[in-house]
Amino acid sequence: MKEQFLAFVKKEWFHIWRDKKTLFILFGLPIVQILIFGFALTNEIKNSRIAIVDQSKDETSQRLIDRIATSRYFDIEEFLKSGDEADAAFKRGKVKLVIIIPENFGSSLKHTNHGAIQVIADASDPNTASTLTSYIQAIAGDFQMDLNQGKKLPYTIVPEIRMLYNPQLKGAYNFVPGVMAMVLMLICTLMTSIAIVKEKETGTMEVLLVSPLKPILVIFAKSTPYLFLSLINIASILLLSVFVLGLPIAGSLVLLITLSLLFSIASLSLGMLISTITDSQQTAMLISLMGLFLPTLMLSGFMFPIENMPMPLKFMSNLVPAKWYYFIVKSVMIKGVGLKIIWKEALILTFMTFAFLGLSIKNYKVRLAIK
Amino acid sequence: MRSLKFLLQKEFRQIFRNPAILRMIFIMPVIQLIILPLVANYEIRNVNIHVVDHDHSMYSRELIRKITSGGTFQLQGYSSDYKEALLDVEHDKSDLILEIPHGFEKQLVRESEAPIFLAVNAINGARANLGAAYLNTILRDYNQEIRTQWIQFPKFDEIPRVEVISNNWYNTRQSYTLFMVPGIMVVLLTMVGSFLTALNIVKEKEVGTIEQINVTPIRKYHFILGKLIPFWVLGLLVLTLGLLVGRVIYGIVPMGNIGLIYLFAAIYLPAILGLGLLVSNISQTQQQAMLLSFFLMMIFILMGGLYTSIDSMPPWAQVVTWFNPVTYFIEVMRMVVIKGSGFNDIKGHLGIIALFAVVLNGWAVVSYRKRS
Repeated sequence: MKEQFLAFVKKEWFHIWRDKKTLFILFGLPIVQILIFGFALTNEIKNSRIAIVDQSKDETSQRLIDRIATSRYFDIEEFLKSGDEADAAFKRGKVKLVIIIPENFGSSLKHTNHGAIQVIADASDPNTASTLTSYIQAIAGDFQMDLNQGKKLPYTIVPEIRMLYNPQLKGAYNFVPGVMAMVLMLICTLMTSIAIVKEKETGTMEVLLVSPLKPILVIFAKSTPYLFLSLINIASILLLSVFVLGLPIAGSLVLLITLSLLFSIASLSLGMLISTITDSQQTAMLISLMGLFLPTLMLSGFMFPIENMPMPLKFMSNLVPAKWYYFIVKSVMIKGVGLKIIWKEALILTFMTFAFLGLSIKNYKVRLAIK
Repeated sequence: MRSLKFLLQKEFRQIFRNPAILRMIFIMPVIQLIILPLVANYEIRNVNIHVVDHDHSMYSRELIRKITSGGTFQLQGYSSDYKEALLDVEHDKSDLILEIPHGFEKQLVRESEAPIFLAVNAINGARANLGAAYLNTILRDYNQEIRTQWIQFPKFDEIPRVEVISNNWYNTRQSYTLFMVPGIMVVLLTMVGSFLTALNIVKEKEVGTIEQINVTPIRKYHFILGKLIPFWVLGLLVLTLGLLVGRVIYGIVPMGNIGLIYLFAAIYLPAILGLGLLVSNISQTQQQAMLLSFFLMMIFILMGGLYTSIDSMPPWAQVVTWFNPVTYFIEVMRMVVIKGSGFNDIKGHLGIIALFAVVLNGWAVVSYRKRS
């Protein structure tokens, strides 16, 4: 019995091992994702290109412009002659902000102690617009402090801000847990469902079913190698995050790996469930990609904030296994908390696994009865 | 030419007889266009705040009232123990802790300066940054109020003050949907184009029907044109559908000339279809083709500036985006739809995409082998 099972696992392993292109992508995907998310993408807004209209053209306005130019948030792309050119500059798509320093800025500041600058933001992207405006406000505030030569305003509340868990505001802290969920889902669910359906489509499933191994064990044997693959991927993602991206593993590594395995098994059983209800590879792909992968991306909370979603979607997000796993990885890996805080999420994942397994075993028998 | 006509007839029949493909082409994009903009909302609202108040003074209560009345922040907890607040953050219930130290009011009045502590859950850096900035603005306003209570300001400012007057153009209501919908349309168009072409040809390989075509006198470029034209037409249909959904559901009417969008799409689609062709040339099975296109799509979409700004990327990554066709279309789409840019503003983009189309398709024709 055990030997037969192992023989099946071995057969499946050969299938995977001999398709080098697929294997290459399966291992390359998480590595490329980690590198893109870790190094290329950042939610921080910096080096934004801006245009300046300096109508004041005096020493004060020059000092303000110098201050803006040295900020790492802004790159001065061009100087415009008047505010009328702002529209054309925005439409060319080059600049995101136009700062207008009016003619009397310097003299007004000198004589009445009050000067105003105008900031026009391209609000196509509302968040960038409000962030850039707040950066300019901060620069203006610093500039003002300079003018006052350190004289403080009376009755000042001084906020001291501490960024918990991620003091450098790196994007990777948010992305790595999400990438783990996505990659495991992709390998376990998509690959398993396709592998099983492929045998159905090409007719070799019949051959497997007449073998002495129990039919349900055939399915288990087919998914075992993918569990192994996902373990390798968990290891490679964790190694890359720690040694290349410099992320901490603040909590217990054993707990993290155990729960990752639990999530892999949940995804595998989902893949089995899909394979029992479909007959063609294209349908299995469509269900896996559109029905599972996109919801995972959209509703797990790693790309988009769940709290902003309308009620029905918020409710639907609870049905996405990756949402719970994402929370677990974030908590254990980055916040460093233990089972005491995440036991509920772990329990939900366990429950989901059993539900998927039960459903696929039930469906599996029904299908055999028809044939 | 006659053989091309027959090939086109065959392809269109194949497509329209397969309900799964039709569903993918027409229903999926609509559903995604309806759901995605609802999901992809990065507005900062519903930020949960936990206030640790050691002061229990009139000022601290007034401050809390001011923070929670704005709509951005919701008071999730109120306690006098930082540990309790931190536990809330660990459970992901609160995003932000505001700690008002003991003697805050006294210190502010007597020493003219008092600290206040903010701790932000910064796992999501962007959200943390903006949340803190919003709270800072509220604090500044509140500070100004207190000042006016205590000091009679002279007519002219006593010390120099620089005021920033801000305006938001084009998207004055700061709607995130207006920003996301054009970009999502591009992604859908790209996915439909590349996935379908790649899968279509590889399926002929896997099933074996490609052999039948290979033994006929059909020329290479006839075969490839026969595959490209149907999906080009379908792509333009998907775009029309997308623009309609945008208009009916979100009320988005392009500010610029809609003809420009079609002109760009008409040149962009061959580039993307050519990419699909290349993928199908490399792959032997549908599984490989799907994984490979998925892999490429993922890189293109992530590096395309849909969710994160390209200007903020490091220089090497910005160079990578030059080779990403998706970047150009997302930019053009946003420029034309939101800002109303004209032909002169996008002609550079147009030229580059045309180059993509020529290179990718040329490569696909050259690398297509009739012999297996």
